[in-house]
Amino acid sequence: MAVADAGRISSPHDRWYNNPTVRSIAVQVTLVVAVVATVWWFANNTVTNLRERGIASGFDFLGKRAGFDMTTFLDTTSQSTYGYMLLAGLFDTIVVAILSIVIASVLGLIVGIARLSSNWLIRTIATVYVEFFRNIPPLIVILFWYLGVLATLPNIKDAIQLGPDFSLSNRGIFMPRPIFGPNFHIVVIAFAVSLIIAWAVRRWAYARRMATGKGFPVGWTALGIIVVLTGGVFIATGDPLTFEIPVKTRFNINGGWTVSPEFASLFIALGVYTASFIAEIVRSGIMAVSHGQTEAARALGLHGGLVLRLVVLPQALRVIIPPLASEYLNITKNTSLAVAVGFADLVAVGNNVLNPTGQSIEVVAIWMAFYLGLSVIISLAMNWFNARIALTER
Amino acid sequence: MTDMQSQGDVSFVRQEVLKAAPPPMRVHGVWPWMRANLFGSIGDTILTLVGAAVALAIIVPALQWAVFNATWLGQTRDTCAANTAGACWAFVEANFGQFIYGRYPDPERWRVNVFFVLLALTIVPLAIPSAPFKRFNLLAALVIFPLVSAFLLLGGVLGLPAVETAVWGGLFLTLVVSYVGMAMSLPLGIILALGRRSKMPIVQWVCIFFIEVCRGVPLITVLFMAGILLPLFLPTGVNFDKLLRALLGLSLFAAAYMAEVIRGGLQAIPKGQYEGAKSLGLGYWTMMRLIILPQAITIVIPGIVNTFIGLFKDTSLVYIIGLFELLGTVRNSFANPDWATPETPATGLFFAAIVFWIFCFGMSQYSQYTERRLNTERKR
Repeated sequence: MAVADAGRISSPHDRWYNNPTVRSIAVQVTLVVAVVATVWWFANNTVTNLRERGIASGFDFLGKRAGFDMTTFLDTTSQSTYGYMLLAGLFDTIVVAILSIVIASVLGLIVGIARLSSNWLIRTIATVYVEFFRNIPPLIVILFWYLGVLATLPNIKDAIQLGPDFSLSNRGIFMPRPIFGPNFHIVVIAFAVSLIIAWAVRRWAYARRMATGKGFPVGWTALGIIVVLTGGVFIATGDPLTFEIPVKTRFNINGGWTVSPEFASLFIALGVYTASFIAEIVRSGIMAVSHGQTEAARALGLHGGLVLRLVVLPQALRVIIPPLASEYLNITKNTSLAVAVGFADLVAVGNNVLNPTGQSIEVVAIWMAFYLGLSVIISLAMNWFNARIALTER
Repeated sequence: MTDMQSQGDVSFVRQEVLKAAPPPMRVHGVWPWMRANLFGSIGDTILTLVGAAVALAIIVPALQWAVFNATWLGQTRDTCAANTAGACWAFVEANFGQFIYGRYPDPERWRVNVFFVLLALTIVPLAIPSAPFKRFNLLAALVIFPLVSAFLLLGGVLGLPAVETAVWGGLFLTLVVSYVGMAMSLPLGIILALGRRSKMPIVQWVCIFFIEVCRGVPLITVLFMAGILLPLFLPTGVNFDKLLRALLGLSLFAAAYMAEVIRGGLQAIPKGQYEGAKSLGLGYWTMMRLIILPQAITIVIPGIVNTFIGLFKDTSLVYIIGLFELLGTVRNSFANPDWATPETPATGLFFAAIVFWIFCFGMSQYSQYTERRLNTERKR
């Protein structure tokens, strides 16, 4: 016993350097020192390097004339400032991201449901689609559309006519551009009003069904209200919308709207690629809904489409939303692949800015701030949506 | 019986033999299968017809382009330029060596072949669950194989001529970059995941900051940082190898994703395991090494393999730093005037897509196999 006691007193566990609190503080202090020292060392080196290259740091360059132009959705010229060019790139990124998200969601939902179809052929096509696109780099998909498909289209002289005033060639898709007349805002207001009325009808129909059990054709009524009201105002204001039709000249097409091959290949490729991931998310979400739910819904007399729409999908959404949010984030981040086909997104514009100015740190900081900000916004929006549809435990 | 008889003539005795019922519908064979899976109802039939139309509309032209109308043989671009209806496989044949080895000098290419063999010998036993010597195998995969390969491929020792990394390329570089990325991101990811779950607030914040920033920005910006900003951050004159910069950027990026996968595994381990280990008197690292991590990592093997697939696909972006891996080499060869035909880009990209697809599909099948195996193990 005495020996054991002696051992107990001088146990190595009692030494001050084995005290968990002391250790924890020591580890954290070391980490802080290491991080601060590294950052300070980097900063010091950077300052020296920048001074040697004669580059002044700071965001003053944003106000200077850029001297280059890229085709963007905003009106940029070679007289625009660097700041405006970056803003245009940011706008382009957002446009591509939204379009790709829409395409990927719709396509992904269809393919995901098709993968669970009882029809062997439909199921197989969907499986092949998913397994093919999931396992190749998105960059190949983008380049395939750009170099393999769109670049091999005929040139403008022999453009494929998709319809009156719509043509497809290796310069992109040309279509009429709407020109809004002075009274067009009245039509917009009418449209908004009809939406509000439709929403009110939906609420009233819901309340009535809850109270009396009587149904009401909400969808058709709403469509009717929207079409009649907006269309009526459109005609009453005297044709406030005209179209600028693309005119074919000898070597080019002037006027109208052009969807450039760079833009088209980027959003089609990202949509098609990401749809394969969304399809898998949708499939696993639907499979997470217990089969008893489907059987119960069928026993109530609902047919296939209604079972899916009213019973299965609302429950599957709870499982689908969180991974879907990260897939939307992935699309947004993947829009940066635009630099490979020369579409002027934020990264491509930034790349053009940092070469002549040498302001690489500032440009990278702008990129990081933008993408991180966007990530935070999308995840906040998705969390809000997730909280709204989450299961209310009783 | 007596009871029934007493009630009189309610008993019934059948007088004639019933007609045989029709046989049940056949459930085996071609026609029953088609009825069940393709033509079950009118809607089903319409779906089948639409699906068949879509499939034919894609498969027939694709086959015609890739097989029947393709230019299979030829030494120059002329044969391909004359045939604009099909793929130009002659282009792939002529550049095949470059697509695999990049600009690695011809007489030294056997070293790359040895590397391929060593890679297979390290990876395959590691992937087979019943293969023995897992511990040694892991050591070989993480330390011995990379060291041997580095000496073998870089040369400059034991009479091997030195080959600088600037001429590395093709599928070989894709494998090098993805392998190093995997081998680095796994341990880094484990450390980051442990740090994120640590009770020390500063360690936790640093790990969360790193993980969330890496996951919040596109890989391209990280590679731009590694390519452009890293030389600025280091003392004047210190110059990093391009390949090393790409590996650094890619590994750190992948480690952030890996950390989140492993954190999922750590969270799935019941608290009792931690408490049990502590009550045995194990310290933090011993507990993690012997009790927690083996269980946590086994659970998330599918997630780890999925991260590896993502990493493998992401290697196609190292062209940002000026490295030519498989896709970069293929794209580079489009500019070669000897082979510039309208069908060259599509053919080259199709080839690259198939190669990437084989590797990624193989990995994803492995991940699904592991998932099934683990599920049966846990079902008991």
